[in-house]
This record gives sequence, structure tokens and C-alpha cells, in this order.
Amino acid sequence: MPAVISIEGLTKTYKSGHQALKRVDLEIEKGEIFALLGPNGAGKTTMISIVCGIVTPSSGTILADGHDIQSDYRAARAKIGLVPQELTTDAFETVWATVTFSRGLFGKAPSPAHVEQILRDLSLWDKKDAKIMTLSGGMKRRVMIAKALSHEPEILFLDEPTAGVDVELRRDMWALVRKLRDRGVTIILTTHYIEEAEEMADRVGVILKGELILVEKTAALMQKLGKKTLTLNLQEPLAALPPELADWPLALKNDGGEIEYVFDSNAEKTGVPSLMRRLSDLGIGFKDLSTRQSSLEDIFVDLVHQDREAA
Amino acid sequence: MSFNGYGVWAIYRFEMARALRTLWQSLVTPVITTSLYFVVFGGAIGSRMTEVDGVPYGAFIVPGLIMLSLFTQSIFNASFGIYFPKFTGTIYEILSAPVSPLEIVLAYVGAAATKSAILGLIILATAAFFVPLQILHPFWMLAFLILISTTFALFGFIIGVWAQNFEQLQFIPMLIVTPLTFLGGAFYSIEMLPEGWRTLALFNPVVYLISGFRWAFYGVGDVSVQISLAATLGFFFACLAVVGWIFKTGYRLKN
Repeated sequence: MPAVISIEGLTKTYKSGHQALKRVDLEIEKGEIFALLGPNGAGKTTMISIVCGIVTPSSGTILADGHDIQSDYRAARAKIGLVPQELTTDAFETVWATVTFSRGLFGKAPSPAHVEQILRDLSLWDKKDAKIMTLSGGMKRRVMIAKALSHEPEILFLDEPTAGVDVELRRDMWALVRKLRDRGVTIILTTHYIEEAEEMADRVGVILKGELILVEKTAALMQKLGKKTLTLNLQEPLAALPPELADWPLALKNDGGEIEYVFDSNAEKTGVPSLMRRLSDLGIGFKDLSTRQSSLEDIFVDLVHQDREAA
Repeated sequence: MSFNGYGVWAIYRFEMARALRTLWQSLVTPVITTSLYFVVFGGAIGSRMTEVDGVPYGAFIVPGLIMLSLFTQSIFNASFGIYFPKFTGTIYEILSAPVSPLEIVLAYVGAAATKSAILGLIILATAAFFVPLQILHPFWMLAFLILISTTFALFGFIIGVWAQNFEQLQFIPMLIVTPLTFLGGAFYSIEMLPEGWRTLALFNPVVYLISGFRWAFYGVGDVSVQISLAATLGFFFACLAVVGWIFKTGYRLKN
């Protein structure tokens, strides 16, 4: 797949001296959903803002669909739609007027049919003549998405799209994201809801203190860094783990009623068969067992944690 | 795409719509204020004054009054137009759009200048109810009206970009422009001042603007019309240069 966005040697140091981006190189493939993860202040929004032209980079080059975002900004920006994190809308304009405004601003000829389609897709049609200030927070968020889609962008940035929105809107939003992807739109999003990235994203990038420390296919990442947890529900609770089990890093949970064993599912020897044999030898019986794959969230927490320890 | 006409039109229409929403403040208030000036200066004081430069006092102050409104409204409209999106954060959309700095300025300043030029004409019409008017050079009257509206809208745009709070937005119009206008011969000819003050008044740029505009009405001014035109154009290009610098450096617009 060709890259629709390529970022090379991007750095940003604010006037205050704060180094928001140390050096970022990244290629986003056409038509993929890319999730950018990272704690607050890691540089996610700075990176998005630079690509969209709101913040000036200190150094580096960025191409959007082959157009340099600085020297050929008209062509580059016409391809990009942005839904920022903050709810910033005009207050006195109607929904219809503000979406029509955005389309014109991005240089597209008026198309009431297209604006209507967007408003219908986002369940905003019956609010089209409402002033924005009369809308709820969730509705305002929909308006901002409608504005970003008004000029039919090929690349869509969603900065924390689901922060503080209710379940219904989240569901609608993901349905819309899938629909856009089916049309070939490339989507780059940041989120704190890691399970969403896990479910939605084709690839994941983790950014920490201005550095992109990892970019990986979501599935591969889950496999590579994923750990499994084996839980054994014991027939008889144990007061303590017998010393014969010291070879495995076990934990006694639930008042001695459960044994938990975390292992690397990709390791050559998981240690599970030998553990089972040893338990049988010791006469420790269990009535049930389950295994659980660690989530992207666990992986993420691990990465952040490792980085803190290294620091 | 070398010119984003739809983008310019979108911003222009947005700004004009803002004025229509607040039509009352935008038009009626200045008309009432102007009428009050006529009642106080034209009626109460003017009846005790002789002619100035051969023009009845009531008619003499019309160009100055229009200028006073033109200055304040151009600055207010343009500065508010760009300051408010900065304040609310909606500027993100303008900055991320495929519009060039020139197009942004054209739209914001164009809208502000349109509004104040229309306002100037409304004040002129209002004045016609109170005093007999004479416009010797209608073309130059309109030319000065449009040029000065545009120049002060540019100036207002600069203030709007520079301002970091509402107080700063008010600061320059209140503390600099209004005093300079009152001292710049809006209500009198600087010929009427004592010698020392007259020389000092020539350092006031507003004198040249008002003088040129008054010349278009009555064929007389404090300074020659060529100098007035040169001063107005000079101020126009100075503002244009500052706006160019703002976009080149991203001053207070971008991080």
C-alpha cells in the first residue's frame, strides 16, 4: 500500500523551550485506520496539529498524498479533515450554515445534497436549523465531525473522538469510521480507550515524550507483546503456595481459592504442562480453568511503565 | 487551485451574517450617536459659530463625523472578527484550511470595510436630514471612504491578532484613535488653532485623512489633497506590511 502521509524527521520545540516532538518518522498507508496512543502530553495533538497546518514544525518534512504540507499547502490541506479534541464551535450559527461554511472554506463548490447526506449520516438532520449553542455536547461533537467531512477529505484526523461522549454516539461514530474506511478514507485517531484501538485500528503507534517508540500492526502487536493469564479455580482453598511450586511465578488470589499464572504465550516453553503435572503430583485439584489474552491496554501500560523505569 | 474563491466568500459571508444578526447594534446605534452629535454640535454650538472655511458649521463637521465612525467601526469589526475565533478556538478551522494569508485578509478586511463603508453612507444620509450637504468631488469622496475603511480595517485586523484579551482589543481604539480623531480636526479646522498647536497637529496622521475627505465635500482642506492621499496610502501600505509580517512569522496565530 502506498503511503498517504509520510512524516520524516519531524521535531517541534515550542517557544517556551518545551520539546514536544523529538524526532518522528512515520508512514500512514492509504485506507488504513491508524491509532495513535500515548499518555497526556506525549505529543499526539502536536503531531496532528502540525500535519493539519495549525502548528509550525521546527524541522522535518511531511507529505500528505504526495503534497508537501508547507510548500504545497493548498493541495495538502484540501485532502485533510480534522476533528479537534476541544469542542470549539460557533455559537450563533445554525448547523446547516456552519457545515456549509466549512465546505466553502476548503474550496469546494456548494453541494446541498452532500451536506444533507452528512447531516443525515450523523443524525443531525432534524437539527439543521438549530443554533449550535442550543445543542448538547454530544450533538456539538457531531457537528464538528460534520464540518470535518464537509469537503469530502481523503484523510481524516480524529483527536480523541470518543472522549466524554455517550455510548450511543460512540457506537454511531465507529459505524461512521467503518463506513468512511470502506470508501477509502484514511483515518488517524488518538484515543484513551485502548480497547477501541484494539478493535478498530489496523495499526497502532505509541508515542511517549515526543518519540514514537513503537509502530505495529495491531494483531502482530497483540501477538508479540501479548501475555496470557491462566487462572485455576481450586477445589480446596490453599492457605499458602507450597514450596514445590516455587519454580513458577504464581499468585494466590481470591482468599486462596485461585491460582494465577501469567506467561508469555509466544515463548518456546510456557511452563503450563509442567505446572499441571506438578499440581497433580501434589494432589491439588481444580474444578475449572480459564486463560485470558492480555489486552492492548495491558501492553500499553507495560510500555509506559518500562519507559518510566528506564528513565 | 491558485485562488480559493469559495473560501474567501465563505469567510466574507460569515462576517456579513454576523453583522446582520446584530443589525441593531451595527447600524442603528451609530445613526443615533451621529444624530446626537448634530443636536449638540450642530444645533447648540453651531448656532453660535460662524462659518468655517466658508462652510456652515453644521455641514463642516459631517466629513469628520463620518470619519470618526469609519475609524471606530472598521477597527471594531475587523479586530473582533479575527479576535473572536482566536478566543473561542474556532480559528483552528481557518488555519487548517487551504486558504492563503492574502485570502484570509481579503475576506476579513473586505467584510469589515464593506460594513463600515455602508455605515458611512448611512451616516451621510442621516446628516442630509439635518444640514444642507454639498459634495463637490463624489468620486474622490467614495474613493476616500473605501480606502480609509479598508486601511482601518487592516489596522483593526492587526489589533485583533495582537490582542490577548478584550481589554487590549479596546485599548488602541479608545486611547489612541478616538483622541487623535477629536484632535485631528473632526469638529474644527486646524487653522483655528494657535500657531504652536497647529504645527503639533500636523504630526497627527488623522488630520490628513479628515482633511482629504473634507476636501472631497467642500473643496477645502487643512492640507492639500495630494498630501492627504499620500498619507492615506502610506498608512494603508504600512498596515499591509505588518499583516504580511504577521502571516510570515505566524505571530500570535500559530505556535
